[in-house]
Amino acid sequence: MRLEVEITGKTFRSAAGGTHEVLAPVKFALQSGEVGVLIGPSGCGKSTMLRIILGLDHDFAGRIARPPEARIGMVFQEPRLLPWRSVEQNVRLAAPDVADAKLAELFKILELEAHRDHYPGELSLGLARRVALARAFAVEPDILVLDEPLASLDDALAGRLRDEIATLVASRPVMTLLVTHSLDDAVRLGDRLFFLSPRPARIVAEVPIGIPRDIRGEAEIAAIKAGLAQRTQGDRTERDVS
Amino acid sequence: MLRLLSFALFLAIWWIAALLVGGAKLPSPPSVLQVMIAEASSGALFLHLGATLARVALAFTLAMSLGSAIGYLMGRVKLADRLGDPWLILLLNLPALVVIVLAYIWAGLTEAAAIAAIAINKLPTAIVTLREGTRALDRSLDEMASVFAMPRWRAFRHVVLPQLAPYIAASARSGLSLVWKIVLVAELLGRPNGVGFEIGVAFQLFDTPRLLAYSLTFAAVVLVIETVLVQPFEARANRWRPRAA
Repeated sequence: MRLEVEITGKTFRSAAGGTHEVLAPVKFALQSGEVGVLIGPSGCGKSTMLRIILGLDHDFAGRIARPPEARIGMVFQEPRLLPWRSVEQNVRLAAPDVADAKLAELFKILELEAHRDHYPGELSLGLARRVALARAFAVEPDILVLDEPLASLDDALAGRLRDEIATLVASRPVMTLLVTHSLDDAVRLGDRLFFLSPRPARIVAEVPIGIPRDIRGEAEIAAIKAGLAQRTQGDRTERDVS
Repeated sequence: MLRLLSFALFLAIWWIAALLVGGAKLPSPPSVLQVMIAEASSGALFLHLGATLARVALAFTLAMSLGSAIGYLMGRVKLADRLGDPWLILLLNLPALVVIVLAYIWAGLTEAAAIAAIAINKLPTAIVTLREGTRALDRSLDEMASVFAMPRWRAFRHVVLPQLAPYIAASARSGLSLVWKIVLVAELLGRPNGVGFEIGVAFQLFDTPRLLAYSLTFAAVVLVIETVLVQPFEARANRWRPRAA
């Protein structure tokens, strides 16, 4: 399974009548089993790109090739749970075929067992995020899309959830697209990093990470980050010269 | 408890007023009760009440289902909204009496004409309320349903309908009170039975105890239906909301 993204442009008409270019030409592909990470400053058009890839926005130039039968699991920036359905119902509505054992395992990994019958309004943001993760994994997706799943969580919780995501991604062959502005998350979870420019977004650099995720220790992560820092520094000096 | 007290207060005021004004204009509670019992034992009370309730049920169901569907369509589809809006404004401002009289002239003094006239009076408010509800739907949840490839019916039932439920409840409540009022007028003008017909007869004979007996029984039935059907539905629709402290 393969996802090909080839957007040649996306403009947005504002209420005042002006047109704004949101996306510059963007092209990349992702294979099954890979975690691709889109990193860029906030407001650069990452969410717009995701909406196009997910088929929610058809008003763009270019093409998206993804297998039509591919199941999509998504974690939105805000959890987007149904407030009038319980935690368990929220997951089951998105994944009606999920086996009880599978659901129990997911709830166990994400520590949601005690909250099955709670309504989303009774949950903290961290818990609601985990429910959204459970929902995305319960559909056994072929494509998993995570839009800033760890934003506005404290470091300890973000770290634990990140490990949980890594565990879940490793547990089945899935193509993952992670959107983040945290280099740390990107280096810890990603196989290939796509660095995006400020609006209109284009891919500034594509960086593959050679070391497999499960043997990526703190030392390797620090080394990758240092390498990246050098690289971006290099970019900056180049730009300064021109 | 407080409700009972307030009811007792109502009875007391009525009784005192009856003593002050005299039985011809305002009969006392026991004399009205006497008429109620007499009418009930002859079966006439239940016959008329049943006829009225049947009309209310039919007209209400018709107006609610049609109005909800049209309102949802107008909330979702811009073209439908543009096309329907002038009609809606016309219907909203058409006096109930005009609709009823015209229905009887065009369709004769028939049951169908009465029910249609009542339903048409209720229809525009149902449309307006549901259109507002549909406009207020959360798009981000629609997107969620579409990304997770929820089938249409499941998405409608679990994503859309719970958001519309408070609007449906509000429209049912205001609609029911509107229908209660209009059904009597429709019966008075062109039906040979029903509470409205009996009130018309009592008016012609200046029979105040009979008038009160029928209207109070009717009011009691309305009250029971409101508390037994409408309020629990509203409470159920809002069950998931965190309770106000």
